[in-house]
Amino acid sequence: MSHARTVSLLSAALLLSACGGEDNATTLYGTNPTLPEPERGLLPSMEIAEPIPWGDQQPTVPDNFTVTAIARDLKIPRQTIVLPNGDILVAEGRGGNAPKLKPKDVIAGYIKAKGTTSVESGDRLTLLRDGNGDGEYEKQTIFADNLNAPYGLALVNGDLYVANQDALVRFDYQQGQTQASGPPEKIIDLPKEINHHWTKAMTASADGRYLYIGIGSNSNITERGMEAEVDRAVVWQVNTETGAYKPYATGLRNPTALTIHPDTEQLWAVVNERDELGPNLVPDYLTSVQEGGFYGWPYSYWGQNVDPRVRPQDEEKVASAIVPDYALGSHVAALGVDFSEPSMGSDFAEGVFVGEHGSWNRDNPSGYKVVFVPFRDGRPAGDPIDFVTGFRTDEGTRGRPVGVTVDPRGALIVADDLANVVWRITRTQ
Amino acid sequence: MTATAPHTYRHTPHPLHAILLAGTVPLFFGALLSDIAYFRTYQIQWSNFSSWLIVGGLVFCGFALLFALANLIRAHYEKGRAMAYFLILLAAWILGFINALEHAKDAWATMPVGLILSVVVSVLALVAAWIGLSDLGDGGDI
Repeated sequence: MSHARTVSLLSAALLLSACGGEDNATTLYGTNPTLPEPERGLLPSMEIAEPIPWGDQQPTVPDNFTVTAIARDLKIPRQTIVLPNGDILVAEGRGGNAPKLKPKDVIAGYIKAKGTTSVESGDRLTLLRDGNGDGEYEKQTIFADNLNAPYGLALVNGDLYVANQDALVRFDYQQGQTQASGPPEKIIDLPKEINHHWTKAMTASADGRYLYIGIGSNSNITERGMEAEVDRAVVWQVNTETGAYKPYATGLRNPTALTIHPDTEQLWAVVNERDELGPNLVPDYLTSVQEGGFYGWPYSYWGQNVDPRVRPQDEEKVASAIVPDYALGSHVAALGVDFSEPSMGSDFAEGVFVGEHGSWNRDNPSGYKVVFVPFRDGRPAGDPIDFVTGFRTDEGTRGRPVGVTVDPRGALIVADDLANVVWRITRTQ
Repeated sequence: MTATAPHTYRHTPHPLHAILLAGTVPLFFGALLSDIAYFRTYQIQWSNFSSWLIVGGLVFCGFALLFALANLIRAHYEKGRAMAYFLILLAAWILGFINALEHAKDAWATMPVGLILSVVVSVLALVAAWIGLSDLGDGGDI
């Protein structure tokens, strides 16, 4: 039996590593998770599985569903959008330019790089087209390139908005277009200094008047200094008419994907929480984003749990912190979120799909799958259900899901930034 | 008439040994000062400085430790002094390494243990250098 080759930082040299902390019966996800006490040994846990190719393997999907790779050999696909005519746009790239400030950054950067693709950043949008509706996307063409780590995508009234890691830009879009008619127009600059968390997630309000842009923190927990966190860990609201913007919600450490609930028109986000408080802290979460709301980072997590690593502290901010709606589990690294449609079948009609990129700092890996969180009356109701799995096995890691997008015609589109594949999951006819 | 003072052999370290040993002190001590600055100001850059100074201290201290070991092996008569020098320097390195790991924690998580370790390591490095630079014992001149 072949085991995943693991890289554990210096742990062979010294028996000082942090306690692994086995999963137990405590609830680590849902609306009311049990939060253990923080723990951190001298060495943080790191567990990177060697990437291996899919070969003839495929992700595992529920009964009555099939999965196919509709695009391969992409350059780091992250987020996707389904256009009105059924074409799919894929944002590809890798961002971030955070300097290595400590010896730790050098070592951890080397180890983490082992668990990601070595393909160069695409910095482009690829268009996929299934011309005859047979589920085979025979056309794969570059819609636009020379972008800067594009991530968030939104189509509003014939305008295609792309959130690069440094700016919000706009393309004119005509239905059926396979290539942008020219370079995009810049709408506003986005916070780009350091870009420790570089992804700029985006979605449009139901009426199309506003764009919401998720801007992640510039550190795990302020270790790059408080000054680096101006305009970070926030969701911006941008007026599509005027370009005027304001912080819509704050204290969201890394809001990596945003979406609008189809009925309530409420903004929802998945947020990646802080590391190095142990394997079962802090849960990444799914939450409705309340206008003007503060969600804790950096001062506290999951409501009023103060993080002692932050100086100076701020008791007032802690007191005002909103408890998120739904814990997805610690270190799952949720990077994609989209609400379902009735066309996904009765079992998955009401709820939200969440793409979990997977942990790198937990002995017992979590994430590496797409889950479905059922909803009722506009709120999460029930445990997450595995929807796409098999990305990680004992043999190694074949893929890592990022963006998830529901095609209203009855399919889930999943970007896999390790295998550089886009997967499409449909009901068996 | 020539007055001969009682002859005392003071075994001094090889210049490279001396440089490594003496350099250990300001590196670890600089980390301590940086830790104090971070403790007082919350300015994270001091913590970054401290992390790198500790790494520098470990490099200097680590090579000095090799000389100290060779000195200990060669010692015949004053083994106690050579042994004390080696052990104190070894303790400085081990605690310095633990301090490096402590400083790899994020933001205020390095406090207060990191600061305390920096004090201890600085004192150990100073004592080891004092011994080593004054008299290595008779394994000396290495």
